[in-house]
Amino acid sequence: MHHIEVRDVTLVYDTPGGKVPGVSGVSFALEPSEFLCIVGPSGCGKTTLLNILAGFLAPAVGEIRIGGKAVTGHGLDRGIVFQDFAQLFPWRTALGNVAFGLEMKGVPKEEREAIALKQLELVKLGKFAHAYPHHLSGGMQQRVAIARALAYNPAVLLMDEPFAALDALTRDEMQRLLADVWQATGKTVIYVTHNVAEAVYLADRVIVMTPHPGTVKAEIRVDLPRPRDPLSVEFLEHQKALLRHLTEQAVPA
Amino acid sequence: MSPVRDVAAAADAAALAGAPPHSRAGGRARAVARAMFPFLVVGAIWELIAHSGLFPARLFPKLEEIGGALVSLTAQGILQHHALETVVRLLAGFGVAAVLGVAIGIAMGRSRRAEDVLLPLVSIGAPIPGLAYAPLFLLWFGLGDFGAIALVGFVSAFPIIINSWSGVKAVKEIWVRAAQAMGADDRRLFRHVILPGALPYILTGLRLGLAQAWRILVAVEMLAAVPWGLGWMIFGAREFLNTDVMLAGIAVIGAIGLALEKLVFERLENYTVVRWGMMTS
Repeated sequence: MHHIEVRDVTLVYDTPGGKVPGVSGVSFALEPSEFLCIVGPSGCGKTTLLNILAGFLAPAVGEIRIGGKAVTGHGLDRGIVFQDFAQLFPWRTALGNVAFGLEMKGVPKEEREAIALKQLELVKLGKFAHAYPHHLSGGMQQRVAIARALAYNPAVLLMDEPFAALDALTRDEMQRLLADVWQATGKTVIYVTHNVAEAVYLADRVIVMTPHPGTVKAEIRVDLPRPRDPLSVEFLEHQKALLRHLTEQAVPA
Repeated sequence: MSPVRDVAAAADAAALAGAPPHSRAGGRARAVARAMFPFLVVGAIWELIAHSGLFPARLFPKLEEIGGALVSLTAQGILQHHALETVVRLLAGFGVAAVLGVAIGIAMGRSRRAEDVLLPLVSIGAPIPGLAYAPLFLLWFGLGDFGAIALVGFVSAFPIIINSWSGVKAVKEIWVRAAQAMGADDRRLFRHVILPGALPYILTGLRLGLAQAWRILVAVEMLAAVPWGLGWMIFGAREFLNTDVMLAGIAVIGAIGLALEKLVFERLENYTVVRWGMMTS
């Protein structure tokens, strides 16, 4: 049995201008500890798909199973990291933010703070445990968000372009850090991005989506050894293959 | 406010956790001098006019006479008594408005039905000057404390309701989603996300409500025939042309207002929304 099974997922948005297809007939499966990237241009439904996986949206057709259990809403088996830095609670310190999920679960204060501190150390922010989010840079805030999503030990990490709003240098640093965190924790990750190089750097497998309606166009396996060298020939070849799929679709059928 | 760069990870994290940098003693003295300056200018102009004989001395007292009135009224215990009665009425009326206003505002922000019913009423009631209700309240609740307190509570509730309502509306969707994803049920979502998320607006509403309460209370004390109260003291002094007493009363009203602002609201804000970066000081 697969760890995550997405079968024939379809969702249509009801807008004042009529029905707009969000995603249509999307199917794929993941093994435990697999890192999957979903790549596509804006409007291809990748964020919609992630929101369905997170349980914020219910698909009209199809189903999602995680660990054999059908997804019917949000749950603590999934941790979520959004693109927006504002996702952190400004009224809580970094530690308070990371401990939030454990607090909701009813873990006693001392225990949850010890766990939260460990998570912050994992993303190299142990020193900033007592800083409020507005004192942290964008990259640091996103690291806190990753620690927060991992703290209550979900089986799956869902990430929606978490580094898209960062400068290029910080983004590279974040990608390296995320690859390390992923290897250290062994989580199954579904990562949405429009950045091809990022997908090749991070993913075991990349799914290419096309818009109108959002469907899976291609699936590419990235079998490069880690840590990956973004300047190696193999890396660039994978990147080119992905780009080819993405540019082909730009031409109207 | 500039964010700390990642590379500055070695920086002292403890310094980031709280207290603003304290100013040096010299800077503090200069700040006090700068704050005092406008008052000194106005005081000097006041003295010039008072000494010029442009107005009858009875109607335009010198600063030393106002000061003298303050001292003698305080020495006789009269001023404290007036001030205390006023502050008690203020806190009673404002306290009721704060509790009910925040509750109603949040209910309107959370429930569509409450919003549909209450928003039109609040929107119509809010811009009506509080004093317009005063005769009505005094007829309904009688002269004296109860009518005054009821009016203060009623009038100052409006800005509190409106701001609490907008505060709940302004809570970021992404906070709600993040909290729900981490297993927060409705009750804990309210306590841990909606309430702190709406706090900057709620505090602004309370601040505006208090200012409103202050204004309406001093006015209604002139009408409600209360035996004690700063508004009444000022109003009563006009019969004997005691302009020094009137101005002393005004000065005390200003001082109490400033004290509430600095000692209560500024501290509350600095401890919460300013520390969290949700509002700049």
